[in-house]
Amino acid sequence: MLRLEKRPQPSQAWTYATPLLAVILTMLAGGALFAFLGKDPLEAIRTIFWDPLFSEFAFYYRPQLLVKGAPLVLIAIGLSLGFRAGIWNIGAEGQYIMGAICGAGVALAFYPLEAWWIFPLMVVAGAFGGLIWAMIPAVLKVRFGTNEILVSLMLVYVAEQFLASMSLGLLKNPQGYGFPGSRNLQQYDSAHNADLIDGSGMHWGVVAALIAVIFAYILLKRHLLGFHIRLTGEAPRAARFAGVNPSRLILFCLGTSGALAGLAGLFEVAGPSGQITIDFNVGYGFTAIIVAFLGRLHPVGILMAGALMALTYIGGDIAQSKMGLPSAAIQLFQGMLLFFLLAVDVLTNFRIKPAKKEVA
Amino acid sequence: MKLTKLLSTAAMALGLATAAMAEDKTKVGFVYVGPVGDGGWTYEHNQGRLAVEKEFGDKVETVYVENVPEGPDAERVMTQMALEGADLIFTTSFGYMDPTLNVAKKFPNVKFEHATGYKTADNVSVYSARFYEGRAVQGTIAGHMTKSNIIGYIGSYPIPEVIRGINSAYIHAKKVNPDVQFKIVWAYTWFDPAKEADAAKVLIEQGADVILQHTDSTAPQAAAQAAGNVYTFGQASDMGEYAPMPRISSIIDNWGPYYVERTKAVMDGTWSTVSTWDGIGKGMVGIGEISDAVPADVKAEALALKDAIASGSYHPFTGPLNKQDGSVWLKEGETADDGTLAGMNFYVEGIEGTIPQ
Repeated sequence: MLRLEKRPQPSQAWTYATPLLAVILTMLAGGALFAFLGKDPLEAIRTIFWDPLFSEFAFYYRPQLLVKGAPLVLIAIGLSLGFRAGIWNIGAEGQYIMGAICGAGVALAFYPLEAWWIFPLMVVAGAFGGLIWAMIPAVLKVRFGTNEILVSLMLVYVAEQFLASMSLGLLKNPQGYGFPGSRNLQQYDSAHNADLIDGSGMHWGVVAALIAVIFAYILLKRHLLGFHIRLTGEAPRAARFAGVNPSRLILFCLGTSGALAGLAGLFEVAGPSGQITIDFNVGYGFTAIIVAFLGRLHPVGILMAGALMALTYIGGDIAQSKMGLPSAAIQLFQGMLLFFLLAVDVLTNFRIKPAKKEVA
Repeated sequence: MKLTKLLSTAAMALGLATAAMAEDKTKVGFVYVGPVGDGGWTYEHNQGRLAVEKEFGDKVETVYVENVPEGPDAERVMTQMALEGADLIFTTSFGYMDPTLNVAKKFPNVKFEHATGYKTADNVSVYSARFYEGRAVQGTIAGHMTKSNIIGYIGSYPIPEVIRGINSAYIHAKKVNPDVQFKIVWAYTWFDPAKEADAAKVLIEQGADVILQHTDSTAPQAAAQAAGNVYTFGQASDMGEYAPMPRISSIIDNWGPYYVERTKAVMDGTWSTVSTWDGIGKGMVGIGEISDAVPADVKAEALALKDAIASGSYHPFTGPLNKQDGSVWLKEGETADDGTLAGMNFYVEGIEGTIPQ
């Protein structure tokens, strides 16, 4: 029989190999699932992973990867800082909503004025909205020792109600015949987060995501604060001796992840989405948690994981319309990815060995 | 990298081959906001898709994507369908309005049909159903059936579509039962079984013994069944599994005939931009079987009203009607124009409460 033996140190090789292994296992299990549904598994896998990148219409799908991946990466980078230090912000979805509302609110307040400073102001407002929303669980934790997982998660639902109220009330398009939803910012030049090069999918949100990746990398590699974050996560006791101030760390990690999630919301509402509507949020804040772990909480890993996740979304939709796969099967496929990643993670910390013979 | 090149050539050849094969077929795409198995809104649109397939057989190819969030994802799915050769695309949720127009601009040769919106273009038509006609029939039955004289109403969002339904149901309930009173709960969702069940329970606790719903799940039906003596109506779909009690009738969206007609128009090259708003007369709104729990004379009265609306001899919004604040809306014999109905943002006289803003 086999048994697991704890490694003295996590295996470096497996740390890099497990995400790949998880993707391969997902393809195998997903292929089996598609086969059970009566679809050609090879064609399904090819459609999901190959078509968005290399098919006839890849010229359209490739930019869409940036559009879909950028908010995921931006949010996941913020989350990863906290996750490394054992600070669990589960409410990025709410911070994303609040960032969008604040940013769009600024734009709509100045409508129809055209000025260069409107968009920068919206960016500041977006980050601020997310920051404030994340500061609620942060301050409550620091001050009263509440659980940030619960508080940040519950605030998502508060934010959703607030979003509904805004789309039906204050931010409602006065020329919208009473229908819920704000004006479309895509039609307001000063506020529109358009593609920097037309049709490239490269909007300011993508730029911000790339900058965030670089900054997070430098922070974790070279900066004392980054060292404190890693130390707190890996050896909390040692961190206390090293003079890490846990309260400051909590405020920093939650604040940064909130601000980045708020930015993601702002770039989305000003660009690809265009409107504050009741159903504006589509779950980026939650999917980003998967992206953060899939990327091993490492900035570069998160970048790749975000691209992979975006790929399965886009490829999944193509597979639905081309092959008639139900959307539930696609969601299951995406879920398997995290499932297998967590499952094979065991190889990083454990070694599989043949069991020793028991002495009678 | 020879292999990559080989593979990509093969993939391209395959792509071209499928494109060529699809050439002589008319390709129709459907974008759904919910799952096809929701038993309500999306289910009925998918029935419409199946009707198109049944009608034209080998001459059409239909594709669909379900659970598409309103926004950039919808835009991508529509673009993808257009790229892959769709000739006609039905986008079946109000929130797809701006995405539909964005994509339509990029593909002038593809025809788009957007459900329940109001923005048209050279290649974008809009269509919706006069559900308020069905609400009139529903109101008549509800007014007769209530013993507590309290009718509960589960609203989704306070938008003109829903407010029209409330007004129409109220006017006709009041006509047959002057003591009737409406209690309205806003669920802020189109489909959320848990919230809908809660709303139904609240209404039942407040004494309502008839529940009307403008949300798509069967959860209110289940709540009514548990409560016992409460009547309900199916919404969007027949929800016949709850007949004869609590479900005593229903409003059914019937998109099939419209989808078939518009697909035919694309095939014949006669498609042009239209704003369609059909009701019981054209069959877009169906009234589900009125069950035996309803007395025969009430059933006859409801069916007579349905026939009068279908033939056009009666308009559900016929004066004299006042607005909630008592001001005159329609004079004796006057009927509401479509413009006012499309943007309806007020209650008629007698309904209590305010429309949330």
